[in-house]
Amino acid sequence: MSATTTPAATPAVRFEPALMRRKLTGTIFYGLCVMAVGILLIALVMLLLDVLTRGLPWLDWGFLTGVPSRRPENAGVLPALVGSLQVGIIVGVITFPVGVAAAIYMTEYARDSWVNRILQTNISNLAGVPSIIYGILGLAVFVRLLNFGSTILSAGLTLTLLILPVVIIASIEAIRAVPNAQREGAYALGATRWQMVRGSVLPAAAPGIMTGIVLAMARAIGEAAPLILIGAFAFVTFLPNPLTGSYTVLPIQIFDWARRPQDDFAGIAAAAIIVILVLMLVLNALALILRWRLSRHIQW
Amino acid sequence: MTSAARPLTRQRPMSERIIEVLLFLAAALGVLTTAGIILVLAYQTLEFFAVVSPVEFFTGTKWSAGIKPYAWGVLPLVSGTILVAAIAMIVAIPLGLLSAVLLSDYASSRTRNFVKPLLETIAGIPTIVLGFFAINFLAPQVLVPIIGKGNIGTFSALSGGIVVGLLVTPLIASISDDSMRAVPRGMREGAYAMGATKFEVIRKVVVPAALSGIMASIILAASRAIGETMIVSLAVGDKPQLTFDPTESVQTMTAFIAQIAIGETAQGSIQFKSLFAVAATLFVFTLVLNLLSAWVVRRYRTAY
Repeated sequence: MSATTTPAATPAVRFEPALMRRKLTGTIFYGLCVMAVGILLIALVMLLLDVLTRGLPWLDWGFLTGVPSRRPENAGVLPALVGSLQVGIIVGVITFPVGVAAAIYMTEYARDSWVNRILQTNISNLAGVPSIIYGILGLAVFVRLLNFGSTILSAGLTLTLLILPVVIIASIEAIRAVPNAQREGAYALGATRWQMVRGSVLPAAAPGIMTGIVLAMARAIGEAAPLILIGAFAFVTFLPNPLTGSYTVLPIQIFDWARRPQDDFAGIAAAAIIVILVLMLVLNALALILRWRLSRHIQW
Repeated sequence: MTSAARPLTRQRPMSERIIEVLLFLAAALGVLTTAGIILVLAYQTLEFFAVVSPVEFFTGTKWSAGIKPYAWGVLPLVSGTILVAAIAMIVAIPLGLLSAVLLSDYASSRTRNFVKPLLETIAGIPTIVLGFFAINFLAPQVLVPIIGKGNIGTFSALSGGIVVGLLVTPLIASISDDSMRAVPRGMREGAYAMGATKFEVIRKVVVPAALSGIMASIILAASRAIGETMIVSLAVGDKPQLTFDPTESVQTMTAFIAQIAIGETAQGSIQFKSLFAVAATLFVFTLVLNLLSAWVVRRYRTAY
């Protein structure tokens, strides 16, 4: 491969100048790529190991069914767990109709006019607004203006606004993926626009839409920042009523415990983290199952 | 039977129109949300500026909302935010882009189907969990032994920034991977035919062709990093100071908002009003970045 002085070899040298070096650069680069993914996966594994070793000793039936306490050994997460589930249900129940309706309007009804362009741009901008800003909006509108107070209802409505853009974007993608033949078939049978949407588009887009909604619920349950402003930061030793009284949710409870310097509180924070991660896993599994069940009948 | 025999066209338009209006209202809720955010922030910020002059707010270099004498210069909070976001991007850009290249050009589809969901798992972890990781693992067990006990504490811009970087890396990886995979095979094959090595194809063909998507993903990630609250509230500390030393404890805009909201601050007080002025500043920062990202995509997109 080395350069020779014989004229016959000259073209070969021209075609592979420093090929070994170029290939070596490529190999080094490939190594860097593998390293990057490796670092990320190691970080993920270290995080899980750290949380599990700290949290598992604290995780028992008493922890799941108990209420917060000034002493870590007596503390439990039941009010926070119930609060998170209630918030998740409110978010899911409102997001489903509103998010899907908005996505249907933007894909099937709106003509390509300036109104539609504003709606689209606005949704993608909303998806980029920091979550804590939604907390400020929720504080002004739900807690004060509508006078719902610092309750699970206000928290659920605030988080609904937060995840609606995400749900709408996911639903729009799912609806756009439905082939046009489905729509034309419905029209050919004499369907009106709404009948076409309900009978042809929605069933076909359902797997994508439902997956998006369940994943968005998971995101809402893991979100803490806006709820700090909605007054979730409370010492709650009872099961919350969604419409009245103070409440707490899992991420806020974790925040409260994690901020304390004592090691034992880090332990129960880790135990609560295990609870919330399991909850996330369950929701993700649910999303997979929903996708599978709803798409069984679709074939094109 | 009689109802079915009626001419359909005369019966349906009314209900169809009602449905269309309902659908439109749902779509318009987003516009109401935006309007609400802007109105609330503007109104409360103006109330704050009635007490504190905007000149002091935007040019002051000292922020003290808790201890008298109060000082309302937002620059320390802005510098803290930028410092943390910059550290996050130093972590996230190489990790995210290298992962994206691995996924789009090196990995077999089996590896890809295994690695991509794992990366997206990181983005799905509640941020409070990542904050916990920063103060209980990264700072005490990695950073302190490396940098030295006297030089860095549990709370630092570095530990918070690294973890925020981990959070936004999947965002860069995912979007960049998508846009690099959208580069047509023919362009890669053309370069191979010219005798380029795989690395040269990636560097001189794939990355330039996917540049608009890559840039957009980086800007979006920066916007996410600036708006992130829970990690920085736990890991970065609560000392607003104008410094760019990564081992120092600082305070970001988001962490200040959280701190005031957690504390027993009276809602009419000047401290509580300052929260809105800081939030408005934060909102403008992220809005500019989001618009910039959308503009980059529109301006530099090359369709194949």
